[in-house]
Amino acid sequence: MDFELSDDEAALAEAMRRMCQSRFPLERVRAGEGRRVVDADQWRALAEAGVFSLRLAEDDGGAGLGTAHAAVVFEELGRALVPGPLVATHVAARIVKGAGTGEQLVGLVHRPPMGRVLPVVVADLASLGAVLVVDEQGVHQLPPEALEAEPIDHGLDPLTPLWRLATIPEGAVVADAGTARELWRDHLVLSAALLVGMASAVAELATEYAKQRRQFDRPIGSFQAVKHLCADMLVRAETARASVHAAAVTIDQPDVGDALRAGAGAALLASDAAVANAKACIQVHGGMGFTWEVPAHLYLMRAALVSRGLGRAQRLAEVVAERL
Amino acid sequence: MDLRYSEAEETFRAGLRAWLTDTIPTLGAAPSPHDWPARRAYDTAWQRMLYDAGYAGIDWPAEVGGRGASPVEQLVYLEELERAHAPYVGVNFVGLLHAGPTIVVEGTPEQRERFLPGILKGDAVWCQGFSEPDAGSDLAALRTRAVRDGDDYVVSGSKIWTSHAEVADYCELLVRTSDEGPKQRGITWLAMPMDAPGIDIRPLRTIAGSNEFAELFLDGVRVPVANRVGEENDGWRVTMVTLSFERGTAFVGELLQSMELVGELRALARRTGAWEDAAVRAQVGRLGAELDALWGLARRNVSQAARTDVPGVGGSVFKLAFSELRQRLAQLGQDLLGAAGLSWGELEADDGSGPLGNARLLDVWINSFSRTIAAGTSQIQRNIIAERILGLPKG
Repeated sequence: MDFELSDDEAALAEAMRRMCQSRFPLERVRAGEGRRVVDADQWRALAEAGVFSLRLAEDDGGAGLGTAHAAVVFEELGRALVPGPLVATHVAARIVKGAGTGEQLVGLVHRPPMGRVLPVVVADLASLGAVLVVDEQGVHQLPPEALEAEPIDHGLDPLTPLWRLATIPEGAVVADAGTARELWRDHLVLSAALLVGMASAVAELATEYAKQRRQFDRPIGSFQAVKHLCADMLVRAETARASVHAAAVTIDQPDVGDALRAGAGAALLASDAAVANAKACIQVHGGMGFTWEVPAHLYLMRAALVSRGLGRAQRLAEVVAERL
Repeated sequence: MDLRYSEAEETFRAGLRAWLTDTIPTLGAAPSPHDWPARRAYDTAWQRMLYDAGYAGIDWPAEVGGRGASPVEQLVYLEELERAHAPYVGVNFVGLLHAGPTIVVEGTPEQRERFLPGILKGDAVWCQGFSEPDAGSDLAALRTRAVRDGDDYVVSGSKIWTSHAEVADYCELLVRTSDEGPKQRGITWLAMPMDAPGIDIRPLRTIAGSNEFAELFLDGVRVPVANRVGEENDGWRVTMVTLSFERGTAFVGELLQSMELVGELRALARRTGAWEDAAVRAQVGRLGAELDALWGLARRNVSQAARTDVPGVGGSVFKLAFSELRQRLAQLGQDLLGAAGLSWGELEADDGSGPLGNARLLDVWINSFSRTIAAGTSQIQRNIIAERILGLPKG
């Protein structure tokens, strides 16, 4: 038993961080504000780095790596606020041709119950080559044109364009119910990895600011009230990270536990950590935190977006409760 | 990242589990928590059984009589003891987890020879005399004074929160031997025999109604200089090195016990019908997810210790998160009990299905309030995290 990152995993995370620093510096990510399509060059860079194919078998053009490797990669993507349907395309790679190579971008939707009141929303629709709909029967594949959709003018995350789906047709069944459950579980865990990356990024942003910003002739980080906000951010991020990593390893090593329980728990804690840390980051920045200039709000909005894709927190908690 | 145990670790587990399966049923009933002599007898008898089976001092080096287990084996050890509902370390706590390790690292060969076998065999019980009425979180402010007189130190002052004082043979005592320089520099570590004249022990009644702690009043107590571990005025460092024995396994037993408690709460909710309430299920699920996460964090801290031999900073993160979680878990138990949560005495269910288990859940609840205070308050833990991990300036 060794629950530290292996040398291999650490090297992959490091390489991914460097790739994000060179291809996705925050200024460049922010320059995409208001876009309606995903930047093709950026997407290609992600594909070349193996983001979508790393869990595919080598014969299928992948790297044959496990979910633990994917988790450390997605943490870095979350930390850098990389936009686009990252998790959906990654988990769809085993089903949709061209997803692993970056030629196809894929959306993932959990089929909503009949007679719903609240809208179903999908991101990046104009860039998608396929939409996978997951339900109790299995996985259905739809061409995006088959969806009756209406753009949302002013989405919460300024870096992610959204569409409201009016109808979700049946579509061709491309994988069975077991695969659908696996897809959803993997989607939970890797979305949670994105959220952990965000939770850490804002914890660092707030801590750095607390060291620099002076009031009453001293850094505000020397006041316990501010210190404790920062400490709590670290605790939430590290606890969520341990749970995401444990869930990822449990997918790779099914004997060590219940992967769905672990995945739902990880999704729950990572959502909480990312949202609560983004709020705390705004608070530590004081008035500046409420300005467009400080990027804390971008993390808050992205965390809200990714969390929505996981379903209601109460439902995730119930999944854990049923499986304790 | 690998969560599977190695063959060697599984072999160690199998041997321990087999021994526990044979041994636990032979133990008598646990004594009343108020009967200190009986508690001492019970806990030390258990320690002797561990010793005879080769499991005493699991993390102590083999050259001083320990098992010399790896951090991961130590984790497996705690897992198996909890799984088997083995007795808690009890009165052996200070000896095995604090004073003993200090002597292992800082003691002279004579001191190791003299003190360590008694701890391992359950012959000697230790208590801790660190905190004082005016030195709590600010431990280095301690004022109990020791003055050298020939081959003895003469010690006067008072100590507080001393568990097991009534039945202890020795006290690991921090005393002030100098007022020069920073307050950490004038502290000395002594092994005080508890039968020395001049020691007055007064029990402190806790909100749980127990006499878990005592105050010690020391009036001219003579402690031989030979009982000093480390140099005079170097006691602060001597105390801190004990922390290097911490390998991420502190509170692991309690964490595993908390996971079992979640299962009990679920069973209670099913029995009372509260489980029909989605909000209750979600609350239980959330606590379960948090405990799972902390089990992940514990394994991470242990793995870090196994690799680097240095305690990770993760200990404070774990302690803070776990003690706060334990309180919420205990509160849920109290909430699920409804009106039965108002009685310390065990109550029967109205439907004739037997005892409600309220006495134990209330015990868990009231004791949970100590968790965010003992071994460093949550506020001190946050300061440690902010200053030592995040590098924020001292206030």
